[in-house]
Amino acid sequence: MSAILPPAERLWWKHPLDRVEGTWIAIAFVWCMILFFMMVFWHVYGNQNLSTETYSTTPEDFRIKAEAWAEKYTVRIDETTGQPVVAPPDGGDAYLITRLWSFWPTLELEKGKTYRLHLSSLDYNHGLSLQPVNINIQVVPGYEHVVTVTPNQSGTYGLVCNEFCGIGHHMMVGRLYVK
Amino acid sequence: MSIATTYRTCPRSGLQFEANAEKLMIANAVAAVVFLLIGGVLALGVALTRWPAVHWLQADTFYQVLTAHGIDMLIFWIIFFEVAILYFCSSTLLRCRIATPKIAWLAYWLMLVGAIINNYAVYKGGSSVMMTSYVPMMAEQSFYLGLILFAVGALIACFVFFGTLVVAKRDKTYEGSVPLVTFGAITAAIIAVFTIASGAIILIPTWLLSLGVVDSVDPLIYRMIWWAFGHSSQQINVAAHVSVWYLVAAIVFGAKPMSERVSRGAFLLYILFLQLASAHHLLADPGLSTNWKVVNTSYFMYFAVLASMVHGLTVPGAMEVAQRQKGYTRGLYEWLRRAPWGNPTFSGVFIAIIGFGFLGGISGVMMGTEQLNMIIHNTIYVPGHFHATVVVGTTLTFMALTYYLIPTLFKREVINPGLARLQPYLFGFSMYFFCLVMMGAGTLGVSRRHWDMAFAGMPSAYEWPGAAYLMMGLVGISAVAAIVGGAIYVYVTVGSLLWGKRVEGGAASASREPTPLMAPAVAAQGYGSQGFAAPGTFLLAMVFLVAFILYYFVNWKYLSTVWGLS
Ligand code: HEM
Ligand SMILES: [Cu+2]
Ligand SMILES: [Cu+2]
Repeated sequence: MSAILPPAERLWWKHPLDRVEGTWIAIAFVWCMILFFMMVFWHVYGNQNLSTETYSTTPEDFRIKAEAWAEKYTVRIDETTGQPVVAPPDGGDAYLITRLWSFWPTLELEKGKTYRLHLSSLDYNHGLSLQPVNINIQVVPGYEHVVTVTPNQSGTYGLVCNEFCGIGHHMMVGRLYVK
Repeated sequence: MSIATTYRTCPRSGLQFEANAEKLMIANAVAAVVFLLIGGVLALGVALTRWPAVHWLQADTFYQVLTAHGIDMLIFWIIFFEVAILYFCSSTLLRCRIATPKIAWLAYWLMLVGAIINNYAVYKGGSSVMMTSYVPMMAEQSFYLGLILFAVGALIACFVFFGTLVVAKRDKTYEGSVPLVTFGAITAAIIAVFTIASGAIILIPTWLLSLGVVDSVDPLIYRMIWWAFGHSSQQINVAAHVSVWYLVAAIVFGAKPMSERVSRGAFLLYILFLQLASAHHLLADPGLSTNWKVVNTSYFMYFAVLASMVHGLTVPGAMEVAQRQKGYTRGLYEWLRRAPWGNPTFSGVFIAIIGFGFLGGISGVMMGTEQLNMIIHNTIYVPGHFHATVVVGTTLTFMALTYYLIPTLFKREVINPGLARLQPYLFGFSMYFFCLVMMGAGTLGVSRRHWDMAFAGMPSAYEWPGAAYLMMGLVGISAVAAIVGGAIYVYVTVGSLLWGKRVEGGAASASREPTPLMAPAVAAQGYGSQGFAAPGTFLLAMVFLVAFILYYFVNWKYLSTVWGLS
């Protein structure tokens, strides 16, 4: 019964390692280094890295900016959501407002084109969960997060809020089209 | 200063209990089990609502019940039990009296009153904010007040623990260094102090905000500091349950750590490298730089992961060495086959070790990788992961320890040993399955904390694939099985305390003997750098590594197929 008794050897830190332990520590150490380097590697060679471009904003400023932008690029009204469908130009800005309990507006993007997607919340924390791609980004009020996205498949996507945002949380669901 | 007290030596285990410490351990452990019971009842509500075919509770009740489930389980059950473990690892293992029993009772009452106030706030309504309570969503002020009182109590309990170490040192109740298990408990308590300080830094301003004294708390800073509390408290759990693993290896097998140096070094890594791990909760957040995320989630390499990988080898390794010394040397695994699988203290711990490593550990590292986090953040994968760590790992370990404490600490015979023998298997394996299917559903994108995956009545409803519904149905079924396993634990524990036959606990006396140094057994000293003492464990570790590598790279492959992001 020794893990619950003081070590038998006073100089326990001089006790030599067993080969099982030494080998395993060496292997685990190398693996942990790989775990770290994979993140760096992906920043250099990978195509999926979350941008960290962020500006501080206020709900009011963000809403005004997003509405002005949407007015400019609205192409139609969506029959299912009743929201404006906004189609920004390639390389241009796109805005997505999250609020209790909706995503606004409905974006229409094109496959293979790149957009600067601005995200912010007008009230609580929300979650942007793009389905079925399964990309998930936290949306925090007071911060405007600019994420560069390049859709690689056309179709109708779902936007699901996956940060708990109150009693209507499960009703917060939106659409996004990729042509 | 000498406090009048008595000691008894348990005739079964040889452990020496001091009268005040004993009462405190009992009170804390009982409070813990009560919260586990409440949390388990709430789990039934949560699980039967997330099971799509059942969809039991109304939305507001569901969010309320989920808030209470998270807090009662993760905070109240676990921390009350940990306080009992801290007192055990100091007063009992070092054979000394507990320092300042009155203050320890104050800590206990603060924790209990805090927990009740917080629970009351949640049940009353108006505080269904989830345990994370991200601002600017606000709960009632008493929600925060309850948590703060609880945290102050827990902090005081940590200081009573440190005080008890001082008493033991001063009264020379042990010789040489503290035992490994106590050392592990010390790391847990040190991390707890850091954790609780972070909790105070963020919860006190939030409480003042709810009272209207402060006008705002920044939501991003809240998230960062809240997770310095929320994540570090998981390091307390890991340090505590790993200590219990060593404890159980010692009491069941008489196992000695393979090397004190390695095991203690690994505990030290927890202190040095786990506290800022809150970073991995913020990987999908705005406002933090890439460098900050990459460095703080890993400190350049995953030292904390390394520490857990080391313990994951050395705990079963110590068991293997002890069994081989008893003559179970045939093949790679005779030592394991001949282990006492009918003893729930052993089987519970072994199931916890394997589940914690294979399910909790591998998934945790995957999630904590900066880019990979994007494909699981806030999906139900996340509760899948942490039920493997905090339920299979910590909770099952504490359950296993309870079966040992019932005769020794509570002086009762276990009622219904047959049920007790079954319990770790039922609870452990159904939890394994539960975690796997939650992770499966999360991989398909299903959200956590979500009342209705069908989005009934919403014109823009998103339709999940059939496989996602199937997985969530399996979540419900396995949850019910796990809850039955949890109920058996509560029944056996509470039943034994109430109706169990009393066992001889040893006469009270005023004497106190120092913990002897272990007589250096020749065999125990025999292995060292020359041997390869635990080949079976080593092979298991290699299987683990292969599973880890495969799963990790499969996820990179999956990530490479999603939209380009930069
Ligand atoms: C049989 C036992 C249990 C079952 C069936 C169960 C079930 C669940 C389910 C289904 C969820 C996820 C709900 C969702 O996100 O929509 C959940 C959340 C959670 N559970 Fe459990 N659980 C059990 C035991 C425990 C234990 C023992 C602990 C802690 C020690 C625990 C801690 C938590 C926490 C912290 C959450 C997250 C709450 C939140 O999102 O705020 N659970 N549980
Ligand atoms: Cu939302
Ligand atoms: Cu939401």
